[in-house]
Amino acid sequence: MNNRPFTDTSYEQFLNEGKIMGTKCAKCGALSLPPRPICVSCFSREMVWIEFKGAGKLAAFTSITVAPPNLAKEGYGRNKPYVVGVVELAEGVKAVARIVGVDAKKPEQIKVGTALQAEFMTKEEGGVRKTALGFKPR
Amino acid sequence: MGKKKLFRGAAVVGGGLTKLGLFKDRNSKDFFAEAYLEMLDSVDKGVDPKDIEAIYVGNFTNDFFVNQAHWSPIIADLLGLVPRPVTRTEGACASSALSFREGVLAIASGLYDIVLVGGFEQMSKRTTEEVAEGLGMAASPYEVAAGFTFPGVFGTMATAYFAKYGADREALFNVTIKSHTNAPLNPKAQFPLTIRDFMNQRIERCRQKGEPIPQWKDEKDFLRDPRVNPPVAWPMHLFDCCPISDGASCLLLVAEDLAKKFTDKPVYVAGTGQGSGYSLHAKKNLASYEATQAAAQQAYEMSGYGPEDVQFAEVHDCFSIAEIVHMEDLGFYKPGEAYKAVAAGESRLDGPKPINTSGGLKTKGHPVGATGVAQLYEVYTQLRGEAGKRQIPNPNLRIGGAHNLGGTGGTCTFTLLERR
Repeated sequence: MNNRPFTDTSYEQFLNEGKIMGTKCAKCGALSLPPRPICVSCFSREMVWIEFKGAGKLAAFTSITVAPPNLAKEGYGRNKPYVVGVVELAEGVKAVARIVGVDAKKPEQIKVGTALQAEFMTKEEGGVRKTALGFKPR
Repeated sequence: MGKKKLFRGAAVVGGGLTKLGLFKDRNSKDFFAEAYLEMLDSVDKGVDPKDIEAIYVGNFTNDFFVNQAHWSPIIADLLGLVPRPVTRTEGACASSALSFREGVLAIASGLYDIVLVGGFEQMSKRTTEEVAEGLGMAASPYEVAAGFTFPGVFGTMATAYFAKYGADREALFNVTIKSHTNAPLNPKAQFPLTIRDFMNQRIERCRQKGEPIPQWKDEKDFLRDPRVNPPVAWPMHLFDCCPISDGASCLLLVAEDLAKKFTDKPVYVAGTGQGSGYSLHAKKNLASYEATQAAAQQAYEMSGYGPEDVQFAEVHDCFSIAEIVHMEDLGFYKPGEAYKAVAAGESRLDGPKPINTSGGLKTKGHPVGATGVAQLYEVYTQLRGEAGKRQIPNPNLRIGGAHNLGGTGGTCTFTLLERR
């Protein structure tokens, strides 16, 4: 597992395996999610994989009623809005993700700071398994 | 990074801007030619087109919108300026602010004395869904993969701002009402209508159709009504979002020492700055644009001016929340204070810090590749005292700023112009 390159592709493979994997700089300890090949804090190239536990809280969000074409095809839109947001993980990094288990039709009731837990959202597309990172209230 | 100065100064001596709006039967070239000819006619003492040495032109994604790339030779040919070098700049919605900046830097280098800068975008030949998809190309791949739309990214920043500073949708209403108050004063605006005008239009339509006449207490009550102001991406609603637009903009830049040959009223470039920014997940502060802060700092250092010296500004308001956050990132107000200043009327045309006298992108229109130079055109026009009904009522207008944002904040510029 440790030999994979520090790329978005590796990140997606790990998600398919039910793991949220990012990088930690071996020199300065800075964390990064998704992984990066270069430390953006100290420019070191000594990166190691680190698994994030998936616990966090909602930092910001939106409920989308005008959906992009790919989500409109799945039925999202005016009558079926969906929520995406920025989640601050316990380890200190942030992730952008779908937020499920909240009422997208009542966004005024969704609270920044809500405790969340990662939810792996897997679907098959043309025989290819693809996992997106989601979060739901803990 | 130390205090960076230009090796040689530059000045704006002419400008042109098309009427903005939806013009399906016109083409990008038509818009650019119109803006260019208006620019030529605007130079007080005249300019010989043959003396233009180089062109920088901003365009975001007409490659996608009209299936045509490689615009540089098309523009040179259109203007009869082959074989002069034309360079296209792309920075999403900040594309032509980059063309302006590259023009300034080219003059500063000593290579050219007279440079044409501008921008254009043709967006109306596509459906709204396709335009949204095209603009989405300027978001970060992580944002798109998670399901964010453009309004969604700005809506997300709005919830962060609200949670941090205790603001709510009322703060956004104040921006929208202010912009629409300036709109009818701008003959180039796509929507030259106040919110009151929209209310009256709606009432009239209901009356004609024999439907019940809607009742709204005031403008805010209208904006609270989801029948007329539906949600797009919470808390962004229809009236928080700028429209889809076509149009083009042009400015003539010359070396500072030559400016008086073209006009007795040149407008000088006092400072220019450009920064890059993170996508949402990597931002340290979700209620701020680091690219804007970097651009502002550079422009202030170069000019020797501070935010308090900037008498008015065009501020990138693709979405209402962006105007508020940028007023803080440009240093006009402390973090968490700009929305209160807007509520107090400070950013109105007759306020102490007029913001978006043009009506902003919200009402004037946002042909993305043309916007950066269109904003600078407004500052130029105000500083020359030629803004007509929307002229800022200050006889000592001397320093103005133009702030342009590309994508979801990935590229930002700030330019300070001055009369001397």
